[in-house]
Amino acid sequence: MAMISVEGLSKTYRVANKQPGLVGTLRHALRRQTTDVAAVADVSFRIEPGEMVGFLGGNGAGKTTTLKMLSGLIHPSAGRVEVAGHTPQRRQAPFLRQITLVMGQKQQLLWDLPPRDSLLLNAAVYGIDDREAERRIGELAAMLELGDELNRPVRKLSLGERMKAELLAALLHRPAVLFLDEPTLGLDVNAQARVRQFLAEYNQRFGATVLLTSHYMADITALCPRVLLIHQGRLFYDGSLAALSARLAPCREVRLELTTILPASSLERFGTIEALEGRTVRLLIRRDQLTARVGELLAALPVADLEVRDPPIDELIGTLLQQGVIG
Amino acid sequence: MRRGLRIARVLLSTQYALMLEYRAEIALWSLSGVVPLLMLGLWSQSEAGQALGLGATGLSRYFLAAFVVRQFTVVWVIHAFEEDALQGRLSPLLLQPLQPLWRYVAAHLAEQLTRLPFLAAIVAVVMLVHPQAAWWPSPGALLLTALFTWLGFAVNFLLQTSITMLCFWSERASALDRLLFFPYLALSGLLAPLEAFPPGVRSLALATPFAYQVAIPARLLAGEPVAIGPALAVLGAWLALLLPLCLILWRAGVRRYGAMGA
Repeated sequence: MAMISVEGLSKTYRVANKQPGLVGTLRHALRRQTTDVAAVADVSFRIEPGEMVGFLGGNGAGKTTTLKMLSGLIHPSAGRVEVAGHTPQRRQAPFLRQITLVMGQKQQLLWDLPPRDSLLLNAAVYGIDDREAERRIGELAAMLELGDELNRPVRKLSLGERMKAELLAALLHRPAVLFLDEPTLGLDVNAQARVRQFLAEYNQRFGATVLLTSHYMADITALCPRVLLIHQGRLFYDGSLAALSARLAPCREVRLELTTILPASSLERFGTIEALEGRTVRLLIRRDQLTARVGELLAALPVADLEVRDPPIDELIGTLLQQGVIG
Repeated sequence: MRRGLRIARVLLSTQYALMLEYRAEIALWSLSGVVPLLMLGLWSQSEAGQALGLGATGLSRYFLAAFVVRQFTVVWVIHAFEEDALQGRLSPLLLQPLQPLWRYVAAHLAEQLTRLPFLAAIVAVVMLVHPQAAWWPSPGALLLTALFTWLGFAVNFLLQTSITMLCFWSERASALDRLLFFPYLALSGLLAPLEAFPPGVRSLALATPFAYQVAIPARLLAGEPVAIGPALAVLGAWLALLLPLCLILWRAGVRRYGAMGA
């Protein structure tokens, strides 16, 4: 039996239309005009217990809205959702005890108190006795490499420490289903890696089902063998990450800072020039040629700085849609 | 039951710790409720106390008692809830197996507890300046005052919470709370004891929740007679009306919740 089952899920928001200027303002005040915007349209998928699934899509694609519906935070406009045998929007206590929703930019910890206060409150709310709560806090804190930070006011913690404490608070009741919305957003590379490692460990140790959205391909590649790709509210792809990677990101982006300005003609042989602005160059180089090409350009060009990264997901999806590769 | 008591204990202690962080702000809030003390200063110079049958001492005690009980019936849930809804802080609360409104109840109770030392200091100063206002209420009067103050707070909390639920429909529902301010000012007994009102207005005031937020508990604390039975009946009726109304609005509201900012 699937842990998460979604059929024909849709969410439509009514958005006010207002023209700019005084006339637009008066017209809006007298006769409000609205448009229905489909944030999620006819999405269907199933996720089995213990699976870790990546949810990919650009800004406004419908990822967060879908997670909010799966966690019961908002009601779907149409379709059927079942999570751990429950209908999420009923938000019954047995369902809430089995799930958690972590949003990278939002917090549940009390800002002016140490995380430990919020943790003890969560323990009481979820009916975890004091001794067991302390044991779980110790266990999760060790996995997250948190120590004294739990006793410092949240406002005094770094972003990475705060995110780790948020995860601890969200997982204290040991949920079977984790909805994670950009859990590594804004974190430095080390903190991102730590959070990824923790999530992988949590999944292995407790067999939790994880649905993860991220702007960072590295999060998805490290954690999710299967991905869902959503664009403009519609699901375009549901399958293995390996198959998608070949289509989605056959290239990597190499950003160069040169010591002198060079013409495009002297850069073209290394890859596709994505942008050339003064001494800054962005090149797209095929993954299978990356090492060789980087070696060549370092030898041939006056490079002051070099960075290799995945192109932003939004751009890739847009490009692939334009090319008709997906959709 | 045991779980409920544990949640209440932890929730209150956590909220108290949080309120202590804002103690300077809370001290200023305590001071901002000085309208009854201003009234005490104004009315103590007049013969009004005799005319109202309270005497100068009775009138001074009434206003001091009004200042004290008002500190425990003030409700600000609409402002906290609106901000939480707009900032997305409501979302994690909705995903826990505890009705989120209990957190706001606990926050109010913790804030009242935090006010106590400031309140005691202000009362001591007023008693020094107006020795005729100094008295020590009987244990019975204290118990009745505590009961009616708490009921007055509960009714006020439910009344404001009903309006607060409009946050699910409007981003600025707190503006509607101002509609209650003038009836509250006029009918609560904050500016004058109910004896000063014409009989018709006094009956109207006693039928509203406002008189039970200031006038009735203040009279009890000041040792003035109060018709307990009818007062309890009115409070019970308001509770019976507002509690289901709140729950209905809550259920309708969360269906509309769009998790703004979350």
